[in-house]
Amino acid sequence: MDNQKYLQDIQEIRSLMSKSTRFISLSGMSGVLAGTYALLGGIAGYFILQNATYDRSYGTFERLLKTPFEQNTSLQILIVAGAVLGLSIISAFILTKSKAAKLKQRIWNAQSIRLIKNFIIHLSIGGLFTLTLFQYELIGLVAPAMLVFYGLACIQAAPYTLGTVKYLGISCAILGLINTQFIGYGLYFWTAGFGLCHIIYGAVMHYKYDRN
Amino acid sequence: MGLISKLNKAFDHRIRLGIMSILVVNDHADFKTLKELLDVTDGNLASHSKALEKEDFIRVEKTFINRKPNTKYIATENGKTAFQEHITALEKIISNTD
Repeated sequence: MDNQKYLQDIQEIRSLMSKSTRFISLSGMSGVLAGTYALLGGIAGYFILQNATYDRSYGTFERLLKTPFEQNTSLQILIVAGAVLGLSIISAFILTKSKAAKLKQRIWNAQSIRLIKNFIIHLSIGGLFTLTLFQYELIGLVAPAMLVFYGLACIQAAPYTLGTVKYLGISCAILGLINTQFIGYGLYFWTAGFGLCHIIYGAVMHYKYDRN
Repeated sequence: MGLISKLNKAFDHRIRLGIMSILVVNDHADFKTLKELLDVTDGNLASHSKALEKEDFIRVEKTFINRKPNTKYIATENGKTAFQEHITALEKIISNTD
């Protein structure tokens, strides 16, 4: 019947519209791994803070540069955070690349570049704002601001990739907002947002899209 | 027969339908992107895009990026409206005969 052909046309239109705007090779498992690194990083952070000795005689940036490493809590935390970020990006790249190969997609195509652009623009504006919080020593607001801006960047990037990313963004942003009312518990919210949320939504993405 | 006559003959081919589907949701797409998404040969894509261009449903912009020619395809307002009407007609036919 002709009707079958029309139905096929509609399905083809729908699939091409989605394929041409969304980068579908993003790996769910990379979210789970990023979450796991963040969780481990959070635990490491907890122990670093347990042993922290506070020295309020310098400004924040000066203290970061002048304190010897064993007592330099900020530097230790920065190294842990940097490691979490670095490992997450490397895992995401490797896993996404292999998923793209399976789907016969290139990893650098119009869709992935648009996705990264939309994510990075929003994230870097938020990141710069967060640095000014450091500058004015509003340290309590750093973790909430990171969660809120990261969440917004995810929401912004979601139309260009798998839809689940939107819910990850909303969850992180809400956690960040709640965190503003519990200043000083940033590490717990940070671990919940960057750790648990990534594991949960990464697993959802994996089961929804990656299982063949 | 009334409904079927509303379908646009210009979109009565998988590749032309595909080109329009991509161009209505993207500001523009280049030749390589279209080719990859539609999984067609150069010649096929060129002839079908020419047909759409002739109908004034898409327009073509040729530029150079790093001295390499780059062909950009953009849906015209005319083309977007025609395609929207085509989809509406398709949907009506399907829902009528269910």
